[in-house]
Amino acid sequence: MSHVLLIEGLRANVGSKEILRGIDLEVNSGEVHVVMGPNGSGKSTLSHVIAGRPGYEVTGGKVTLDGLDLLTLPAWKRARAGLFLAMQYPIEVPGVSLVDALSAAFVSNGRPPALVPDLLAAEADRVGLDRRFLLRPLNVDLSGGERKRNETVQLGVIGPLFAVLDEIDSGLDVDALRAVARRIEGATAESGLGVLAITHYNRLLNELHADRIHVLIEGRIVASGGPELAEELETTGYAAYGVDEPVVVGAAVGAARLAGAAGAASGAGNGGRPGASAARTDLDPFADPFA
Amino acid sequence: MWRYSRISDLDLDSYTLAAPSATVVPPALQPILDAIGARSALVIGGQPVGPVADGLVIGLDDQPAPLGEVAGEPDALVALNAAFCELLTMRVEKGTVLRDPVVVVTWVDGDGTSLFPRTLVNAEAGADAGIIEILASPDVASLVVPVTEVDLADGAHLKYLTIQVLGPRVWQVGTQASRLGRDADFLSYNVALGGDYARVRSESVLAGAGGTSRLLAMFLGDDRQMHDFATVQSHRGKHTTSDLLFKGAVANDSHSVYRGLIRVEKGASGTNAYQTNRNLVLGQGAHADSVPTLEIEENDVRCSHASAVGPIDEEQRFYLESRGVPPEMADRLIVSGFLDDVLERVPVPQLLPWLRATLAERLAQAEAVRP
Repeated sequence: MSHVLLIEGLRANVGSKEILRGIDLEVNSGEVHVVMGPNGSGKSTLSHVIAGRPGYEVTGGKVTLDGLDLLTLPAWKRARAGLFLAMQYPIEVPGVSLVDALSAAFVSNGRPPALVPDLLAAEADRVGLDRRFLLRPLNVDLSGGERKRNETVQLGVIGPLFAVLDEIDSGLDVDALRAVARRIEGATAESGLGVLAITHYNRLLNELHADRIHVLIEGRIVASGGPELAEELETTGYAAYGVDEPVVVGAAVGAARLAGAAGAASGAGNGGRPGASAARTDLDPFADPFA
Repeated sequence: MWRYSRISDLDLDSYTLAAPSATVVPPALQPILDAIGARSALVIGGQPVGPVADGLVIGLDDQPAPLGEVAGEPDALVALNAAFCELLTMRVEKGTVLRDPVVVVTWVDGDGTSLFPRTLVNAEAGADAGIIEILASPDVASLVVPVTEVDLADGAHLKYLTIQVLGPRVWQVGTQASRLGRDADFLSYNVALGGDYARVRSESVLAGAGGTSRLLAMFLGDDRQMHDFATVQSHRGKHTTSDLLFKGAVANDSHSVYRGLIRVEKGASGTNAYQTNRNLVLGQGAHADSVPTLEIEENDVRCSHASAVGPIDEEQRFYLESRGVPPEMADRLIVSGFLDDVLERVPVPQLLPWLRATLAERLAQAEAVRP
């Protein structure tokens, strides 16, 4: 069954400042939409407003999931309706383990909490998160990469209809990014997950196949198109949209090279989309040097 | 010392002196005794019931130290306790290692009565033991004024856990005093869940060189309850260490007070003293006061104190909500998580499941009466 997440004319303020000035997006089951934009364009606000994070005032428009008005619901009911937010900076919750948190979510959703430990273990293995992190307090003493893998594990266990990924690629080395992206693509294929990924970095698109790219500038979607739009942005930056900021591609080159080498040593290949990687080997700082 | 407290509401004339408390295990306490499991002795109402381990002497007249020698200068209620007390003494003989804890049950069941339990513990040189004191009652309107004095000789190790699960109309005005000899090691742990007004004054004196005293407490307030803690970490010997961690949450219209003093006396060089009090305020009408104080008369010392009072972190709640956890469940998880780092240091690990379950039950109740 196909589902639809529909954002219509969404406007929102932080304090008295208008950040979102009328956003329209439609994400269907199985689709991957990527919203790109420079700093301060409203990317994180968009993800937070959809998920219901406190601190934002919606001043207009609608967000519906299969016609259900999400904006009138508290955050947990949005989640129960099938929405998942993977946070840019996952919050530390001292003393509360992943098992505790997801068991509570299962109980409130009428699912047997006894399933949680096995599901978690399976998901942790899929994204390469050490199982011992499952017993630790949520996000406490986890590195940036571990936190993002952890978010992806939760996504896998909860199995939402739609996932909003807020800069899921920031703070990730190339292996982690690949593992996370594969898991998300897997969910789009296996369970028809619809994805709205918000990113600052083009490199996410090297790993996550996008159906649609949207450019967010000053709270508005100013352009939408296929994957070619991202390549165009990479060469021209946001200048065409009146913003003097390049699209960041190589910010993490040094770290990525190290990670790439480590990945090769541990036997991780650069599989996935051979066409794309072959074509981009000379450009792509994340390509496996030994591939 | 009584600032912030509700003690002025105490009307002593409204209570009559109780007869000695129950000497059989009240059924309500069976689950906790089951959770503790094996023990070196069981004392109920001041009397040992059943076998007592070798090297442990329990008696009503085997008085190792004069009353008040450890507790120091008495306040009015300690003096009252001395006048009316039922005395229990426990001596762990020199070098004795008790594998299992000694369990002391005080069951306050006389409506309108007052009870003055007095416990003197003497851990002789090199002894190593654990004591669990359970202070409990049905729903009666009573007053209990327990005074416990713990004397640790050189090299003695003692863990003292108090589990206070009094009924919601009981007033508790308690004093716990400890004195540590050279290289002695003391751990005191208070679980405070019950009572109407529940006060514990806890003082640990590091008299000999090289002693270590750890003071921990976990409390949860509900309804119009008040938890009132006063602590003193008193350093007299050289190279002594004290470490205090009191954490609690106040729900609904409950109130907590923490007043803590680190005192480093002249000559107590090489002291390490730490004090942390953190409070989570859950209810609109709830309130927590935290007043840490340092008094340092020596140069070569390391001392720190930290205190915090605040509501549940909105971000933490949102994070859990975004996973589909309703806010009441999220709050309960966050409070349990907040208390967990003190909870998991409970010196009797087999009690952890019981403690966690009891805490969860109390939290659910606190929520049920939320307006």
